[in-house]
Formats: sequence, structure tokens, C-alpha cells
Amino acid sequence: MKKLNQRAWLFVTPVLLLVAFNALIPMMTVVNYSVQETFGDNLFFWQGIDWFEQVLTSERFHKALGRQFLFTFLILIIEVPLGVAIALAMPRQGFWVPFCLVTMALPMLIPWNVVGAMWNIFTLPDIGLLGYFMNHTLGISYDMTQNPLAAWVTIVIMDVWHWTSLVVLLAYAGLVSIPNAYYQAAEIDGASNWAVFRYIQLPKMKTVLTIAILLRFMDSFNIYTEPFVLTGGGPGNSTTLLSIDLVKIALGQFDLGPAAAMSLIYFAITLLASWLFYTLMTMNDNKS
Amino acid sequence: MLGWMAWTWPTALLFVGIFTAIGVLILLEVRYPGGQARNGVLGLTTTRGDRLFITLLGSAFIFFAWLGLMGPPLWWPLAISIGWGTFCFWKV
Repeated sequence: MKKLNQRAWLFVTPVLLLVAFNALIPMMTVVNYSVQETFGDNLFFWQGIDWFEQVLTSERFHKALGRQFLFTFLILIIEVPLGVAIALAMPRQGFWVPFCLVTMALPMLIPWNVVGAMWNIFTLPDIGLLGYFMNHTLGISYDMTQNPLAAWVTIVIMDVWHWTSLVVLLAYAGLVSIPNAYYQAAEIDGASNWAVFRYIQLPKMKTVLTIAILLRFMDSFNIYTEPFVLTGGGPGNSTTLLSIDLVKIALGQFDLGPAAAMSLIYFAITLLASWLFYTLMTMNDNKS
Repeated sequence: MLGWMAWTWPTALLFVGIFTAIGVLILLEVRYPGGQARNGVLGLTTTRGDRLFITLLGSAFIFFAWLGLMGPPLWWPLAISIGWGTFCFWKV
């Protein structure tokens, strides 16, 4: 048997150390916080599982979790088909390719808090371009600072505006990697556009789309900055997503114990959903 | 040095347990390479590491579910988790 070269482990060590310091050690501290009560001064008192019980049975947590799932569901169901459609419509060669790619990449270059501030100003009913147009020109009542539905529409559209590009670029990368021979074969067989999409383009895009959905799931499930800057979780609590609620508990109320318990539950849900999704998408690959 | 991390004995033991399990996996991997991959009852191809991961994540959810739906004490979910771990390493 050929002896495996184990030197690769050496090269991974710096990354492992980095992850240990920026993820693992803080995470262990969060676990420690989650079973204790503190009033500051680095003094801690044993509390056991009380915080976990409090979070798991609290209506506030259930509602924030429900809003979080709704938000992630909405943006995935819009961004993925829309992204694929745009990628299909983009030219694959010629003068317009760089133009399309740069235009698509632009929203992703803008920092999250700037996106939130932009959309806030854009949609304010009296001074924002969109808000003024809707309220005063079209006469449709639209105020994301007062109306929960308007707030939801705004945060969903904002996320679609910001992140559909990611799906587009990944799907486009999958599309351009398909050799021309496939299309020629389809043409000879007289395949319809739908058949070409279903049996050539979609299977070839599956890997990149898996990554795209996974990234969008994790990002949207952990989203904080954009809705925080746009609505601050309001009106009322209608757009208080999990991370916004978490920061309110941890920093607003300085309840580090319950916040730690909540973040561990939050983390477990993200981990389970990502694992389930990835496993289901790649399950059949291993067999063939 | 570790004062800021607010360690307690139970949480320390939890991590010692997890890292010990990972250490055992490394030793097993050195002794029997390949991760003992197999197709389990769930239709997944899993290695020893996957089975440990599924055991730990599943146990976390068993405890969360019990705490949220039934409340303490937690002896029952402990028993269920041990059963789940046994099932994972045996069949999954």
C-alpha cells in the first residue's frame, strides 16, 4: 500500500488556529455563559438549564423564530428562480458579457449597513423616491415605518436586490461551463427549450445551485445589519428577526445567560438545516 | 488566563467529552484508515466522524425538544440520547 503523504495537515494548521481563536474559543465561552447568571464584573453564578428552558418556552422566541423562517423561505423562493432566470437570459459571449457581470456584481459590493441606509431613505414616505412616488403619485398607502406588511415587503425586496446577484453569478458560472456539444446534441434530437433546461442546464447547475442555496440560507438566517438599519425590528416587533432579538437580549437588556442559551439554540438550528440540505442534495451523487 | 471564559465544571466536562471523542476518532483513523464508510439505514453514506456528528447534533435537539415540551428533569432525554447514539453508531 502506498504511504499517504500527511504533510497537508501541517498546511491546514494556521487555519485551524485562526478558527480556534475566532470561532471555537468564543463559542466555548458562550456555552459557559449559557448556564450562568452574571451582573457584570466578571462574576458568574450557576444557573443550570434555566435559561434554555426559559428561551425554549418563551413566546417571544417562538415568534422571532417563525419570522426568521418566513423571511428565509420568502427570499429563497424568490431569489433562486429569479437568479436562474436572469443567468439564463444573460449573453454567454460577446460585448455585453462584462457589462452584465459587473452590473450584477455591483449590489454585492455595497456594505450591508449602507444597503440598509439606502433602502431606508429610498422608501421613506415623504422624502424617499419610492416612498414619495407610491404615496403621493400613485396614491397607494406605503409606509414601512408604520405598516408591518410594507416593512416586510421592503426587507424582502431589499434582500432580493442585494443578493439575487450571488445566485445569478453562480448559476451563470455553471451555465458557461456546459460544453457546446450538449446543445448541439439537443438540437439534433429536436429538444424543446424546456427539455434543454430540465435535462442539460439544470443538472449541470446543480452543484453551484446547492452552494448558492446553502450560502443564501445561512446568510439570510443570520441576517442582522440590513433589517436592523432599515426597520430596527419594527414597526412594533413585526420585523424582529432572530439575530435582532438576540442582540436586544444580550446588549439591550444585558441578559448574557439567556442570550447565550438562545444563540446556542439558534446555532443548532442553522447547523441542522445546513447539514440536512447539503446531505439531501449530495446524497445521490455518492451512489452514482 | 482562562478567567474571562467563565468556566464551570459541567461545561468543561462537556468539552472534554467532545474532544476526547474526536481524539478517539483520530486514533481509530490512524489505526484503521478510511473512516469505516458504509451505507446506513437512512440511505446515507457515513463515516465514523459523520456518525459522531449526527449523534451530537441529534442529542442536542432531543434535549431541546424535551426541555421545550416537557421541562425538567432531563433523565429521559439523556436515555433517549444514549439510545440515539447507539443507533447511530450501530445502524446509520
